[in-house]
Amino acid sequence: MELTGAQILLESLRREDVDVVFGFPGGAVIDIYDQLPNYPLRHVLARHEQGAIHAADGYARASGRVGVCLVTSGPGATNAVTGIATAYMDSVPVVVITGQVPTPLIGNDAFQEVDIVGITRPCTKHNYLVKDVRDLAGVIKEAFYLAATGRPGPVLIDLPKDVQQARCEYKYPKTIKMRSYNPTYTPNPKQVAKVADVLRKAKKPIIYAGGGVIASTAGDDLVWLARSQQIPVTATLMALGCFPANDSLWVGMLGMHGTYAANMAISHADLILAIGTRFDDRVTGKLSEFAKNAKIVHIDIDPTSIQKNVPVHIPVVADCKSFLAALRGHLEAAPAEDAPAPAERHAAWLGTVAAWKTEKPLTYDQNGGAIKPQYVVEVISRLTKGEAVITTEVGQNQMWAAQFYQFLRPRSFISSGGLGTMGFGFPAAIGAQMACPDRLVIDVAGDGSIQMCIQELATAVCYDLPVKIVILNNGYLGMVRQWQELFYKKNYCATCLDVAPDFVKLAEAYGAAGYRVTDPAQVESVLAEAFALPKTVIVDVVIDREENVAPMVPAGKSITEMILV
Amino acid sequence: MRHILSILVEDEPGVLSRVAGLFSGRGYNIETLNVAPTLTEDLSMMTITTEGDEAIVEQIVKQLRKLVTTLKVVDLTGVKSVEREMMLLRVDAEGSKRAEVLRIVDIFRCKVVDVSLDELIIEVTGTQDKLGALINLLQRFGIKEIARTGAVAMRRGMQE
Repeated sequence: MELTGAQILLESLRREDVDVVFGFPGGAVIDIYDQLPNYPLRHVLARHEQGAIHAADGYARASGRVGVCLVTSGPGATNAVTGIATAYMDSVPVVVITGQVPTPLIGNDAFQEVDIVGITRPCTKHNYLVKDVRDLAGVIKEAFYLAATGRPGPVLIDLPKDVQQARCEYKYPKTIKMRSYNPTYTPNPKQVAKVADVLRKAKKPIIYAGGGVIASTAGDDLVWLARSQQIPVTATLMALGCFPANDSLWVGMLGMHGTYAANMAISHADLILAIGTRFDDRVTGKLSEFAKNAKIVHIDIDPTSIQKNVPVHIPVVADCKSFLAALRGHLEAAPAEDAPAPAERHAAWLGTVAAWKTEKPLTYDQNGGAIKPQYVVEVISRLTKGEAVITTEVGQNQMWAAQFYQFLRPRSFISSGGLGTMGFGFPAAIGAQMACPDRLVIDVAGDGSIQMCIQELATAVCYDLPVKIVILNNGYLGMVRQWQELFYKKNYCATCLDVAPDFVKLAEAYGAAGYRVTDPAQVESVLAEAFALPKTVIVDVVIDREENVAPMVPAGKSITEMILV
Repeated sequence: MRHILSILVEDEPGVLSRVAGLFSGRGYNIETLNVAPTLTEDLSMMTITTEGDEAIVEQIVKQLRKLVTTLKVVDLTGVKSVEREMMLLRVDAEGSKRAEVLRIVDIFRCKVVDVSLDELIIEVTGTQDKLGALINLLQRFGIKEIARTGAVAMRRGMQE
């Protein structure tokens, strides 16, 4: 059957089981929008391309499926770049389709022309400029395959207007094989045997889990490993929810704002099982001081992550799920007869870790009349029983949400970890709500970052999405202010947001509901009322202005050097 | 340490930019770079010489392999290989200098590919060391211009 490029695109999206596209139209994609109503795709019209791409990203993180974003050429494409880089840093599968000026005009500085393939080369897993309509179906097939397999990531397809209009015979490839792209899923059996061996000998092991555990749907396998072998678990920001926070083996997040127990445990362990993670600087602190006493086992599907920041004793290139299944085979197959049970072998270590947890738990000063942000997150956690999808902006709000919400399952915490993109949380919540219509989706925001994509209130209201935004409002760009307080002699330059909108009136102006809370005694009742309301809600919580995130490891210091309160 | 990397890539637009961008974006150094077609129509061979310690070169190799357009990366440093580079030199060869320049050309097994009244263009092939030595020797006559291809290299055949 002969189709136009625009029809080929939409038909191919349908065959990839795409059910929703987040986008914003423009001159270079009118042909695609012209055909859109003829296909069984829901379109979510964002109010800014950054909102569209973050929503596609949030959809992907919440569902595990590929998110799709459609924007026009030039400024439409460049507005999406922040979101593409966000998805790239956090390995999120997204396919971005950008319109482009007609091929004869490319290179002529045409109206709304930009070399988006050139611009996004370093922040996409791969990208394409399609110059011939006959290549389009194959490119789309490859794009979805690349986005979702191996280490996932964003893939961009730049589609000139004349290619959208050109016609050709349509045939969508059923299978795909690329000679230059073959990610390694199955671990080398010898390496797995070595891991099983060191694990049996370890006295003080710890699991350090990363986003790869969630991406490869290995949460249950991880829980099995930890419980059966009695290994304490810490995780990165990206992996919160991969292990239930109410389990006694959970020691909390590690790193710059990690728990005392997690940072102490990773520093004193004799064996670190790093699974699907990349030893980011926010995790390791000063590299030369990191985990000096431990043998490090590193499992990752991306070979470039291994040996990049820390020397590794046993590298394993594999998908986390395949690795954990293979390791389980080993551990179940050959229980040495005279070997003590893991609980016995690790008893002293588990005792030490438990003592660290009780000695210096996450805490905050509960006195005084002001609302504490940590308390607000605790209330959210209690009211939602750990079952909500929490998205965050970036900064203090993000860290308080990460520390004080009890995450129980994967894909419950959606946050810009690698790039640290302010403005991410709210549009991501819109995407997450599209993916999970029956779950409560809450954006834990700050008064600074919420204003970066506040225009998406119109989107949430327009599609009746009952997303809740809880603003922890301190009138500051709080995390930068905290650094200024601690390391820059309280020189609060450019971090005080003196002029801010009335968020309650703003919510109402957009057709959403708005609440303001200033009294600690009312936090719980107002949040409960807001969460029960079947519409978009902003809850503006006026918090203690100069509350800090603790613990904190100063940049460049060892992670055992924590500022505790 | 200097490493020679042989990189087999898809011959399609933007591939050079992906490789070059990888080096600049991650702060790696390109000393020489050469790209040309292979016997297979849709594949190109890139030869890059770079500088770095073992950990950095290991990262470079892995990052290059990660590019979707890369088929194969071989680090030829440490394996038995042959390395050659070609260079053209425009040398001042006026009057009495000419005979001596031509003698050096002969000793280095260079070719004279262009002759004019006051200068010669010389073609030479060899390792980086040989090219360096020739430049050193000819400098006192006056080298007006050089153009170099950058290294190309190939693993040697099995000897046993």
